[in-house]
Amino acid sequence: MSERVAVRKTYKLFIGGKFPRSESGRSYLVQSANVSLASRKDARDAVVAARAAVKGWSGATAYNRGQILYRVAEMLEGRREQFVALGVPGGEVDAAVDRWVWYAGWADKLPQVYGGANPVAGPYFNLSAPEPTGVVAVVAPESPALLGLVGVIAPAIVTGNTVVVAASPSAPLAAVTLAEVLATSDLPGGVVNLLTGRITETAPTLAAHLDVNAIDLAGVTDRELATELEAGAAENLKRVLRPVPADHDWAGDPGLGRMTALLETKTVWHPKGV
Amino acid sequence: MTATTTSARSDLSELGRSETALRTFLHGLPGVDQVGAEQRAAQLGTRSIKTTAKAQAIDLAIRMVDLTTLEGADTPGKVRALAAKALRPDPADPTCPHVGAVCVYPAMVPHVAEVLRGSAVHLASVATAFPSGQAPLDVKLADTRAAVAAGADEIDMVINRGAFLAGRYAEVYDEIVATKEACGDAHLKVILETGELATYDNVRRASWLGMLAGGDFIKTSTGKVPVAATLPVTLVMLEAVRDFRAATGRQVGVKPAGGIKNTKDAIKYLVMVNETVGGDWLSPDWFRFGASSLLNDLLMQRTKLTTGIYSGPDYFTLD
Repeated sequence: MSERVAVRKTYKLFIGGKFPRSESGRSYLVQSANVSLASRKDARDAVVAARAAVKGWSGATAYNRGQILYRVAEMLEGRREQFVALGVPGGEVDAAVDRWVWYAGWADKLPQVYGGANPVAGPYFNLSAPEPTGVVAVVAPESPALLGLVGVIAPAIVTGNTVVVAASPSAPLAAVTLAEVLATSDLPGGVVNLLTGRITETAPTLAAHLDVNAIDLAGVTDRELATELEAGAAENLKRVLRPVPADHDWAGDPGLGRMTALLETKTVWHPKGV
Repeated sequence: MTATTTSARSDLSELGRSETALRTFLHGLPGVDQVGAEQRAAQLGTRSIKTTAKAQAIDLAIRMVDLTTLEGADTPGKVRALAAKALRPDPADPTCPHVGAVCVYPAMVPHVAEVLRGSAVHLASVATAFPSGQAPLDVKLADTRAAVAAGADEIDMVINRGAFLAGRYAEVYDEIVATKEACGDAHLKVILETGELATYDNVRRASWLGMLAGGDFIKTSTGKVPVAATLPVTLVMLEAVRDFRAATGRQVGVKPAGGIKNTKDAIKYLVMVNETVGGDWLSPDWFRFGASSLLNDLLMQRTKLTTGIYSGPDYFTLD
């Protein structure tokens, strides 16, 4: 018997529920692993996948979305050791699991807190309800690798948006592993799409893309790049979340801001009758 | 590839006179190598067409589109909007060419004719009891005459698949000849409905039958059965029109229809046309795409090439 050779994992992109290599065929060496180097065409494909998933995901009941997010937390809990082996502190994994559960709970509560009845001068019910904005592009924070990522993905998708995430270029392994968690959590394909590689390559494409409705610049550290991305986003009036300061405490109370920033408001008038 | 050599046969026009002659001829056509055809089509689909070549291909493909709506729910308003889009596919860009034709049901022809009058966009109408073709011949001919009288200058007829599959080739032939006559000056496209013909051999035979009977175009499908246009089927048909021209000197057009949804697919077809029959067919007069959603993707890709920014479906009309 010859000695067994261990199977090494190739870290690939996550687009439309599948794990394809970059269409460019490129990869880069980081954290002692080969990771796909996404091109602008991968970004385009990811937006197509995200757009295709909007109807089903935003149309699912809030209760169902909450259940699925809770399932993500369950699956993440089961993979705790794997993240620790990748260098994510155990405490951060626990915090990330708790963060999923926290956001899962908001799925069917946010519309009650954030929507409501408006008093109007006439015999009408006037109701406002939050609606997802659509496809959200996200530049994930450089660190913390896992908690930061969960902190930007969960608030975007819990309300029914779908996301294309540009993972941290320096610590993509936790991101790809999180994608594996998502792929096994009943989350429909395309709701979360993950690109690894250079932010300077994928983010400008996403910022200018006319089929993207909002962009979250959380992880952009370069001010010039942030300005360029905001200018690109202005083309079709995307909602923009400005970069988050490097000293931001991702473990602290996240508040509702990241959820409510990615919503539209639908208001309906209904006659009260006699 | 298997080439059909018919140059030795002196007069093909005599074939229609007897069922036996027609059958002998059609069954004498060489069989299609199924694996070879599929492999060839797949191989041609791998060509990379970029930048300026892609821009040209997209404009050509837009000019080749038969913008189609064949729904029970078609209304005069909807087809008028479609016709307006055919004239000006991208209102934001005056350099965008118009499409080849608008394709509708006969009842909708007058409404489209109103909009297209005086333009270079053709008006195609399906006829002959589309899509099944299961109606008496005089009904089919009346259908055709009505469409032409209403202003259609192209008629898309369906062949009688029931008769074809039963081997009654003369019946199919006579129906096409009669429809061609009913068309008058209008161009006749013969729909083979390849999804129902089962084999590539049948596709080749039906192609020849359609051309021998006088069709100006042969078209793959109605778009109403699960299997519509595919690359290998179109390859077989392209070989047929090539061989037909070599044998008779008459050039016949090809129109794949149904299932061609994006620019990438359309460019694969254009590559195949160029590699199989050559540049003579790379014109809206000789090659068309029967499609509805394809146009929007072509426009989006065109916008990407001119502006450098990926566009989205929100910026183009739904139909």
